[in-house]
Formats: sequence, C-alpha cells, structure tokens
Amino acid sequence: MTVTKTPNGFNLNDAGRRVIVDPVTRIEGHMRCEVNIDDDNIIRNAISSGTMWRGLEVILKGRDPRDAWAFVQRICGVCTGTHALTSVRAVEDALKIKIPENANSIRNLMQLSLQVQDHLVHFYHLHALDWVNPVNALKADPVATSALQQKISPHNPKSSPGYFRDTQNRLLKFVESGQLGPFKNGYWTNPAYLLPPEADLMAVTHYLEALDFQKDIMKIRTIFGGKDPHPNWLVGGVPCAINIDGVGANGAINMERLNLVSSIIDRTIDFIDQVYIPDLLAIAGFYKGWMYGGGISGQSLLSYGDIPDKANDYSTANLLMPRGAIINGDLTKVHEVDLTDPEQIKEFIPHSWYKYPDDSLGLHPWDGVTEPNYKLGLNTKGDRTHIKELDEAAKYSWIKAPRWRGHAMEVGPLARYVIGYAQGNKEITEQINFVIKTLDVPVTALFSTLGRTAARGLEAQWAAGKMRYFMDKMVANIKSGDLATANVAKWDPETWPGSVKGVGFTEAPRGALGHWLKIENTKIANYQCVVPTTWNGSPRDEQGNIGAFEAALMNTKVERPEEPVEILRTLHSFDPCLACSTHIISPDGTELTQVKVR
Amino acid sequence: MNETFYDVMRRQGITRRSFLKFCSLTAASLGLSPAFAPKIAHAMETKPRIPVLWLHGLECTCCSESFIRSGHPLAKDVILSMLSLDYDDTIMAAAGHNAEAIVDEIVEKYKGNYILAVEGNAPLAEDGMYCIIGGKPFVEQLKYAAESCKAIISWGSCASWGCVQAAKPNPTRATPTHKIPGLADKPIIKVPGCPPIAEVMTAVVAYLLTFEKLPTLDKQGRPQMFYSQRIHDKCYRRPHFDAGQFVEHWDDEGARQGHCLYKMGCKGPTTYNACSTVRWNEGVSFPIQAGHGCIGCSEDGFWDKGGFYERLSDINDFSIEANADAVGGTAAAVVGVGIAAHAGLTALNRSKKTGANQTGADQQ
Repeated sequence: MTVTKTPNGFNLNDAGRRVIVDPVTRIEGHMRCEVNIDDDNIIRNAISSGTMWRGLEVILKGRDPRDAWAFVQRICGVCTGTHALTSVRAVEDALKIKIPENANSIRNLMQLSLQVQDHLVHFYHLHALDWVNPVNALKADPVATSALQQKISPHNPKSSPGYFRDTQNRLLKFVESGQLGPFKNGYWTNPAYLLPPEADLMAVTHYLEALDFQKDIMKIRTIFGGKDPHPNWLVGGVPCAINIDGVGANGAINMERLNLVSSIIDRTIDFIDQVYIPDLLAIAGFYKGWMYGGGISGQSLLSYGDIPDKANDYSTANLLMPRGAIINGDLTKVHEVDLTDPEQIKEFIPHSWYKYPDDSLGLHPWDGVTEPNYKLGLNTKGDRTHIKELDEAAKYSWIKAPRWRGHAMEVGPLARYVIGYAQGNKEITEQINFVIKTLDVPVTALFSTLGRTAARGLEAQWAAGKMRYFMDKMVANIKSGDLATANVAKWDPETWPGSVKGVGFTEAPRGALGHWLKIENTKIANYQCVVPTTWNGSPRDEQGNIGAFEAALMNTKVERPEEPVEILRTLHSFDPCLACSTHIISPDGTELTQVKVR
Repeated sequence: MNETFYDVMRRQGITRRSFLKFCSLTAASLGLSPAFAPKIAHAMETKPRIPVLWLHGLECTCCSESFIRSGHPLAKDVILSMLSLDYDDTIMAAAGHNAEAIVDEIVEKYKGNYILAVEGNAPLAEDGMYCIIGGKPFVEQLKYAAESCKAIISWGSCASWGCVQAAKPNPTRATPTHKIPGLADKPIIKVPGCPPIAEVMTAVVAYLLTFEKLPTLDKQGRPQMFYSQRIHDKCYRRPHFDAGQFVEHWDDEGARQGHCLYKMGCKGPTTYNACSTVRWNEGVSFPIQAGHGCIGCSEDGFWDKGGFYERLSDINDFSIEANADAVGGTAAAVVGVGIAAHAGLTALNRSKKTGANQTGADQQ
C-alpha cells in the first residue's frame, strides 16, 4: 500500500479494492480504467490507460506534405476533418500560404458543423445512457412526458402524448423481444439513475430523433468536401469551386448548394435550441446534487483557440473560439499560449510505453521522439498479454503525458468556456449565466462532470449560431464579386524552400489540437501531433502529476462497485478519443525496434 | 438464419425449463416485472433478429460514423428492428466485464448463427498488444468471436485491406481480417472504403436479411452489386474526360465549370466503388462533384500508390465493359495513347483561350 500526494494536489491511496473497467465503452477507441476504492466505496486512486497505438507519424515520413491531411484525417473518424484542417494549416504555416476568404468561411462552416454534430452525438449516443434509463421509460405516462416536454421546450412541435406513446410502444416491443441490442447488460436496476420515467421517455425519444437528425448536419461537409466522414481538404484553400451563374455552375457551389447549406443551418439551430439544450438542462436539474468529477478543471485549463474570423490571422483577437491558459485556478489571469515556444508544451513518457534518450526529460513536439517500449511494471498482475491489474508505478499507457509549463491541463469545451468566461467573452458569459440561473447553482458548479457536459451543449449552440454567421459572411463576399476558393501560387513543390517547419492548430470537439511538421526537400521529415485526449487522458508524469481523467475520478463515490456507472459518467464527460491520443510516432521517423512477430 | 433462438438452445441440449429461466433472468436484469418473461419467451421462440457482434480493432471509427449517416434504412431502424446489435463498444450501454460477457453469451448461445462485423484490424506485432481489449490482445477477441460466427463483414478499408495504419512501413503489423491466421476459410464480405458509403453498408446488411444469403462477391471478396465498376465508369464528369476538358489548376475556369479532375490526380479510373452512383450522405454529393479527385480509398494499399495529386500513369483499361475481375494485363500502351491524345486536345483548347484559365494562380 502506498499513500502519496501529487504535486497537483491529489491524495492517492492504493490500499482499497481495485475496480477495473476494460473496455471502457461508448468512447472512440480503446481504453482501460482502474481505480482503488475505500471501505465507503470512494475512489482513492485512479489509473487511465490508453490501450491502442497505430503509429501514423512514422507512416507520414517521406510523403508529400500536400497529402498529409488525408493520412492524419484517419487518426479519427469521429472528429473527422479536424485533424485534416490542422494539417493543412500546419503546411500553410510552413510554406507561408495565404488562403482566400471564401476558403476560410467554408473551412469554418465545416469545422463548426463538426462541433455541433459531434457534441450532439456525444450527448445522446455516447453519454446519455449514463444518466438515462431506457427501461424505466416503459413505466412512463406519455401524457406526463408530453407535459414535461411542453414545459421545458414550448416551441418544440413534437410534443404530443401520441408522439411519445409511439416511441414507448416501439421500445416495449424491443424490450419484449428479449434482444436488448445496445442496451443489453446495462446497469438498469442501479439506484444511481435518478430520472423519473417521463423524463427517461423524453430522453430516449430524443436519442432516436437525434440519431436521425445528426446525419443531416454533416451534409454541409458533403456539399463542400464530397463525403462524410472524411471529406476532402486542400492545402491553399478548399477543393470546391464557386460558380453562381456562369457556364457549368450546376457542377459547383451554386445557389442551390448554398440554399441547401442554409436550410440545414436553420434546422440545426432549431434542433439545438428546442431539443438538445432543454434536455440538457432538464437532465442536469435532476442530477445537480451529483457534483463529482471536477478534477483539475478548477485549476489548469488550456485552449489554443479556433475559428478565425478573417482568413489567415491566427492571433488571439481574431479567433472566435477562446485561446489561453489558466493555471493554479487563477481566473483573473489568462496566460498567452505559444505553440512554437519550446518551454511551453512538452511531452513526458516515464509512465508511457515509449522511450526517450533520457526518460526523465520532456520534449517539445518539434524535437520529440516516439519509440515504443511496451514494458509492464514488476507489480503488474497477470502477464504481458493477459493484464489483470496494471502497475501504475511503472509504464502503463500508450498515451504520453503532455504538460504546459509543467502543468497537467484539461482541454475541451469546459476549458474553452471557462477561459472565455475569464476573458469576459460576452456570448459565452451570457450562456453560462443563463445556465447557472436556470439550474440555480453557483458558477463553481461548472467544475464538475456535469459542468463539462453542460459546456459541451452550450458550445454546440454557439457553434450553430456561428454557422449562420459564416454562411452570411460568405454570401456577402460572393456578392462583392470574390469567388476564389484556392490559392495555387505555391501548389508546385518546386516553389518551396528546402527546409521549413510549421505548426497548425484547431480546437477539436474534444479540445486543443496541434500538429507540428518539418519539410525537407519537399517531403515530410517530421510530423508530430499532440491531441486533446493526450492531454486529458495522460498518465502520470515525471513529477507524479496525475492527468485530467485520473484527477476527475478521484474522491467519487461509486454506489455499486460492480456497476461503476459513476466512472463512466465522468470519463464520458470528456468524450474520450483514444485513436486520436495514441497515434503517435517518432518524429525523426525511427523505425520501431520492439517489433516481434507472433 | 431461419433457426429461432429457442431452436438453437434446444439443439445445444438446453431444456425448456432452463430456457424459461433464462427469459425470467433477462426480465429481472432489466428491472422488469416477471410478467415480461413469457413475452420474451414468445419472441425467442419465433424468429429472432440476427445477433451481431461488432468488434473494433485498430481503427478511427469512421465506419461506425458512416453507418449512422444511413438515410435508408435509418440507423435506428437497423438497430431496433433489423438486427440485434448486441456488442458494439462504440454505442453499447454495458462496459467492462458486463460488455465482455456479452461476447461469451452470443458465441455460446448463437453458435453458427450470429454475424461478426469487424471495424479496424488487429496488429500482430508486439504480441498483439498495440491493441488491448480487457487486458488481452484484440486479435484474441477477434479469433474467438470469428470461430463460431455465421459470416464476417469486414467493414471499411482497415478490416478489408489494412488501410492507413498498414501503410508503409506498417509499424504495428496491422493485418486485415482475412489474413489473420485461421480466418481465411470463413465467409468474409469485404465492404471497403474509408469509410464505406453509409447506404452501401446498410444495403449489405439488408441484403443478408432479405435474401437470407451472402451477396455475390467478386474475386476480391467485395459485393459485386456495389464494387464491380469503377467510379470513372459512371462519373457525371466522364463526358469532359472524353472531350479532353480538364481542370488544370485548383479553382480555375475548368474547376468552376466541373471539368474532369484526371490531371489533378483523380483515382476514379482505377477505383471500384459506388460513389458516382449511390453518392454520399443520402445522395447529396461525392468527392468529384465537390471538386476534389477521388483518392481511391476503397482500393487495397491506396496509401502507397503514389501521391493523391499525381496523375495516374498506369491505367490499364478505360473501357466501361471491363469489371474488376476482367481488368489486368490489358493493353496499357493503347490506353496510354488515348490519354496522350486527350491531353493534346486539351492543350489545343487551352491555347485557344489564352489567359482565360489563369484565375487560380492569380488569386492571392
């Protein structure tokens, strides 16, 4: 047994019973979680382990930088496109390429539509079953559900008792079949579920409705990028051309295409306002006594910012999504973030399955090394291919530990919203004030699992509104006579300097995302990504700081350790994306030395 | 697929009494009253929805994301009424051993009667531990679930070919389903694409259920209904190719008029998929319609076939009659002449319209 206090203020005690959740489901990719609980079922030690590694950056070495977006887009098909956008920005930064205004608007429309769809799918299809009990919905009176719906969302036209009765009948038939599909083996008798049946029925109905609707949002990306998931992007702009009334306009972005985008934006705004936000607030209202999961959100938050208003200006003032860092819980000071500063962002690996020339030092992404080193600690239970319990004193994850000036940081919607709030961002402040007033909670309630979930919903609402803004902006620009969508002056690699480096960033749905690359003789010499779930899901670092997932699990009470729905709630509130976090590869392209063939 | 769940249990020597007990336990585990048990029993004695185990290896989840974009049928109808999606770690409520127990249960109770859907692939390097599920290599779970399944669907290019993590130098030795030792003899339906088109995915599922047999597969194991012709064969920009009208630069006049993207590296002439006919996201568009060439994402090894903007130089046959099985070893030289002729014609057209096509390069 060991008891330690981490530098970031958590008392770890591994004396109690170990509870293991593997696989953690309803996330992207694969992860494992282990916790120790004391006699009162309170979590006193937490371990988050990324359990997959794909090695994409090694694969990128020697390739054409103009192709890189397609490779890195395949890091993740859930936050599809955000890696591609980060990549084209990194290449444009390296080669000093300026993109046209229309391309900036189209990219923002694509990125914002992802934010909305990803947040919506997360809330209803990945996270809701931590709060909503579909079996309990069978006990609901559809009339009561209808009354609840009309109370919380008076403008939602789908609110009749018959509408909810139809869903209930379908659900009943489904349950009676005995084949529960995705609901099979859930924790449906656990007292941790607090919604009354009428709220469960409303939420399950919207689970299905949101599943139908989310696909329409992504049509915006298909219009501009040709398909979704994984639309097409272009270094220097966007591939789609605009032609409003010229010869052949019917094969380009024309009035019909713009109308289609516009109608989807209108319907998206309605859906978020009439369904997502009212559901979020209603569900949160029933759970506001459950204030676990704050972790480091009250201390250390990071955002790179995104959604440039004008094209090619990536300064803090021009980014509509907030940028900055908060440390030690001091909301009065938002620190500047510089992705090129070798002292700010460093990655550590003493507890990650990699090796550095010196394992104790952190490395900036431009100078990073990623050589896999799958090795388990002496106190591991099981063996190297049948792990029963990890040894967190040794290496235990495929995720590295990035730190900002030595601090473990939380990234994501909550980080962006708290940073925006601290900066006095008017829109964000208004939204936050509305929520805390509606729920009658103090602003510090944001630093919790529910706060994270609420910030995500508010951000979806914000992003839907900004889609309208950029649509109008693009139409005005086209009206002024500017049809340009691509700058091809530096398309030909012969125009490139011999040796350059660049960095690109976005705010992915899950948080701050950066790509660092070096180009030598027109080919990729080095490519490194530091992604949101690497920040949030990081293992311990050299100093012993625990990461955001681990911190958020601490001191949570688990009602039934064999049904750890509380652990799922908090992990899901970060919307983990493991394929993203564990894609890493050696920047110098070192071939892997650990490969053994079965 | 005609056997009911009850039939399967009886065939395995399970008594009616045990079967009814199972139904009671199912009701109890849901917190439902015992009155539900006979209803569950009745459903299981009639035709059950076919159970599906949807496993995820090394992947990016784009196949699942594509699947939920299906417009006809809607994903919710597939899940609620067509299949029984009993294991899919992306959407399932259960986690940890409750999730793992489902794999055991389906394998045992539905032996030979469930579908295994595989998204992603298994890394074989480092004893398989580049992808760990429940503390064990993913490849173990895959082999275990494959052993007793009725058929395997390899979703997407990862499961079908290897895709991005298997691109050179394939650091994890990521291996597609059919190349996993022991799985080659299983009936495997490859549905390649990165991701596959949503409606193609749900159509493959619907075909299995409606016609109660595997779709006709080509030599590479793909349903020929969707993968037997090239994107180029049915591309709406094909007439511009035939007329020698090409996009020369991004956002030039040709791009704005929707000319052929062959010179911008389009891989439509060598890619077998349904993009130019079924199109994407309920028929809204497809890559070429939105101005970018096809990158060939449904083809084996497409990551290592030269840059996405490099013009194809190894096209074997442009004739529309050729299908995936027939192409290969045909007169490349003859076609090469065809391309050169097109290019020459285009150059001629360009010279007639000097200056008119320079828009792209001039915009800053």
